[in-house]
Amino acid sequence: METAPTLHANYLTDGFGLKSWLLTKDHKRIAILYLISVSAFFVLGAVFAGLIRLELLTPAGDLVESDVYNKAFTMHGVVMVFFFLIPAIPAVLGNFLVPLQIGARDLAFPRINLLSWYVYVFGGIFTLVALVMGGVDTGWTFYTPYSSAFSNSNVALVVVGIFINGFSSILTGLNFVVTIHKMRAPGMTWFRLPLFIWAHYATALIMILGTPVVAITLVMVGAERVLGLGIFDPKLGGDPVLFQHLFWFYSHPAVYIMILPAMGVMSELVAAFSRKAIFGYQVVAYSSLGIAAVGFLVWGHHMFVSSQSVYAAMAFSLLSYLVAIPSAIKVFNWTATLYKGSISFEAPMIYVFGFIGLFLIGGLTGLFLAALAVDVHVTDTYFVVAHFHYIMVGGTIMMYLGGVHYWWPKIFGRTYPEGLAKVAAVVIFVGFNLTFFPQFIVGYLGMPRRYHAYPPEFQLWNILSSAGAALLAIGYALPSTYLLWSLVKGKPAAPNPWGAKGLEWETPSPPPTHNFTATPVVNEPPYHYAK
Amino acid sequence: MATHAATGGNGEPQGATHFVSPRLYVTIFLILMVLTAVTVGAAFLDLGPFNTVVALLIACSKMTLVVLYFMHVRYSSRLTWAVIGSGFFWLALLLGLTLSDYLTRGTGWLRYG
Amino acid sequence: MAAAHDIHHPYLQHHFNDLEQQFEASALGMWVFLVTEILFFGGLFTAYMVYRMQYAQAFAEASGHLDIVLGGVNTGVLIGSSLTMAMAVWAAQQGRRRAQVTYLLATIGLGAAFLGIKVVEYSHKFEDGLIPGANFRFDGLDPIHAQLFYSLYFVMTGLHALHMIVGIGIMAVLTWMAWRGRFTSGYHTPVEVSGLYWHFVDIVWIFLFPLLYLIDRHGPGTMH
Repeated sequence: METAPTLHANYLTDGFGLKSWLLTKDHKRIAILYLISVSAFFVLGAVFAGLIRLELLTPAGDLVESDVYNKAFTMHGVVMVFFFLIPAIPAVLGNFLVPLQIGARDLAFPRINLLSWYVYVFGGIFTLVALVMGGVDTGWTFYTPYSSAFSNSNVALVVVGIFINGFSSILTGLNFVVTIHKMRAPGMTWFRLPLFIWAHYATALIMILGTPVVAITLVMVGAERVLGLGIFDPKLGGDPVLFQHLFWFYSHPAVYIMILPAMGVMSELVAAFSRKAIFGYQVVAYSSLGIAAVGFLVWGHHMFVSSQSVYAAMAFSLLSYLVAIPSAIKVFNWTATLYKGSISFEAPMIYVFGFIGLFLIGGLTGLFLAALAVDVHVTDTYFVVAHFHYIMVGGTIMMYLGGVHYWWPKIFGRTYPEGLAKVAAVVIFVGFNLTFFPQFIVGYLGMPRRYHAYPPEFQLWNILSSAGAALLAIGYALPSTYLLWSLVKGKPAAPNPWGAKGLEWETPSPPPTHNFTATPVVNEPPYHYAK
Repeated sequence: MATHAATGGNGEPQGATHFVSPRLYVTIFLILMVLTAVTVGAAFLDLGPFNTVVALLIACSKMTLVVLYFMHVRYSSRLTWAVIGSGFFWLALLLGLTLSDYLTRGTGWLRYG
Repeated sequence: MAAAHDIHHPYLQHHFNDLEQQFEASALGMWVFLVTEILFFGGLFTAYMVYRMQYAQAFAEASGHLDIVLGGVNTGVLIGSSLTMAMAVWAAQQGRRRAQVTYLLATIGLGAAFLGIKVVEYSHKFEDGLIPGANFRFDGLDPIHAQLFYSLYFVMTGLHALHMIVGIGIMAVLTWMAWRGRFTSGYHTPVEVSGLYWHFVDIVWIFLFPLLYLIDRHGPGTMH
């Protein structure tokens, strides 16, 4: 075991200079390229969130005009959903870890992996250009006919940007599926795979099956806008609700693209920090596939008040209840894993506990929304906004940070400052709840979403929420700072600082370019901790 | 470094190693041309609602021939079949669940305007 | 088991263990990509299905203005190109360099013929005022939904044509590589995998043709 690991040759020292990074085929370097770009987009999305929360400090729409506010929440949604949440865990942690965890030297298609990053950046540039030219005000959901016929904002540009970005997702998913099928090391049978891999496999299936549908839908919106081909415009004989069907066919499973990888990270962290195999491993593995599959059957729950048939609505409502089951199964299994485990509370584990509580609230409030009668009252209110932020921020972003911390020593060969990391995790947890719990209340009381002004009786809750957002911003700033600091000043990391199980921990920190000097042979079950 | 065929995969023979004879290709081609003529001809007959059914059945048959023989799926692994099957199954989900809205509008005792 | 010579095969990429794994991965990758294409075109078929159900008569009428001869000929051309593509793969499996090139060129030729005929068709539609937009004119019972039909017609066939153009580009590259003797009986993955793409584009047309051109050719309206 090395005492000064950064002196050994690793993928970071294998070539210097811009060209060696921009033309790399190494999945680990590509993961870092993604890390930089998704972080940049996260900051941009957060700036828009800041603008929203500043405006909502006062009931009157006095900070910005309503159309500027519309652009703010649209860009917040577009940037956060398409350019942060969907790629974050898969393209950063997934790209880095999938080959390592299965014992491969790289993904199946390294050049396509690099292409996926360029496609992501290219799509991002289109969106940034649209932003500079004045943005889009349709909401990230681009409902027609407003988006296709009436809005006078840069819909076509953004739609092209998202379309291009969708191919990044498709290429990543394709790579993961082929890699997991064809490149596993000898002895790495399906049921010896880490649950992180199962989660990313299920995510990849959704990317492959869902993204093309939103892609063609956006093409049709663009065609309607630019060429006047009326497909969704009622004046030209089209049906706006058809747009919603096609849009949500992808965009509901998209939320499972956002949460499944986080659940994969959860399984890894829970096992590592209770030093115990995940309870019910096979069930958890199957539940990932179950979420991916059933997740495609529920999209109509976004359309309960859109004039779709009430019979279809009932079917979608029932199916939405069913899709909660595999998620609940995972929560039960993680909890059962903790029981009689040897638990330690390093920073990643604090994110784990944060996730369990916040995902629980987010998931349960989803069931409120799946009930037709309740949804009619709270749809398009802040109740919905709070629900999905609990999952996406309380769930996904918590696990993104937890995973980044957990694998940071492996990725960069440096140790982050543990004390500060624990503080940051707690600040984020408190700030998050202060931001979003009041939104459940104010939404239930009737405050609509996407409005820049509101009745004065809601102001207290909005002030609490904005205060929480400020705290949350501080919370996010902390890891941004100390993680960067650790790259220069952090203690060199050991190959397996957590004493965890998994092939990635059997390489040096950071790993060499080709991951393994000899192809590993697997003959143990996963999470094979000593009793 | 000792390498071995550690594909972790199914290890079944690739479709390419199975030679399909040119004669079979030409036969399939001729069948496809005949089916094309049939589908054009059927369009000129008044079969009521079955015009669409017939057209789709013929199209599906042509597709099946192309997939099985030109694309070698007849000789491919179960994984390939599963991938193809899932693609069509998901398309069926998209079509079917969307239809579940359009087909049930304004029916029954709960009428929408 | 991997053959020892695989390790030094010029086309074996280093992250793969042997050519067989590389071929299987490439083929699986192409099949997964084709699944995304099924869903991509699938969105358009969904829109088509919904609107044809609701406006059956308008669609039937509008479809009648499409040229069934040109459409039928194009169908034959494309099926022929699938034959020549399959033969190109066969020739590669046999290691026959000249046959590969011949069949690939034939495939390109037939593909180009398809596109040429589509250009003729589109220009006829332009002359007849059937391009959706400000200049659309349709003498029928339901011009609004006829225009909807034509919007779908142009988007669906246009997207298909785009895929054809990409396919021809791929075939051109393959032809050059085949001419240079790159493909042998031991390695011809790009030909096989590109063939899958070409056949898929043919299959899309196999559905587009009856759904767009053959809705109702048996005379005025028994459509419901």
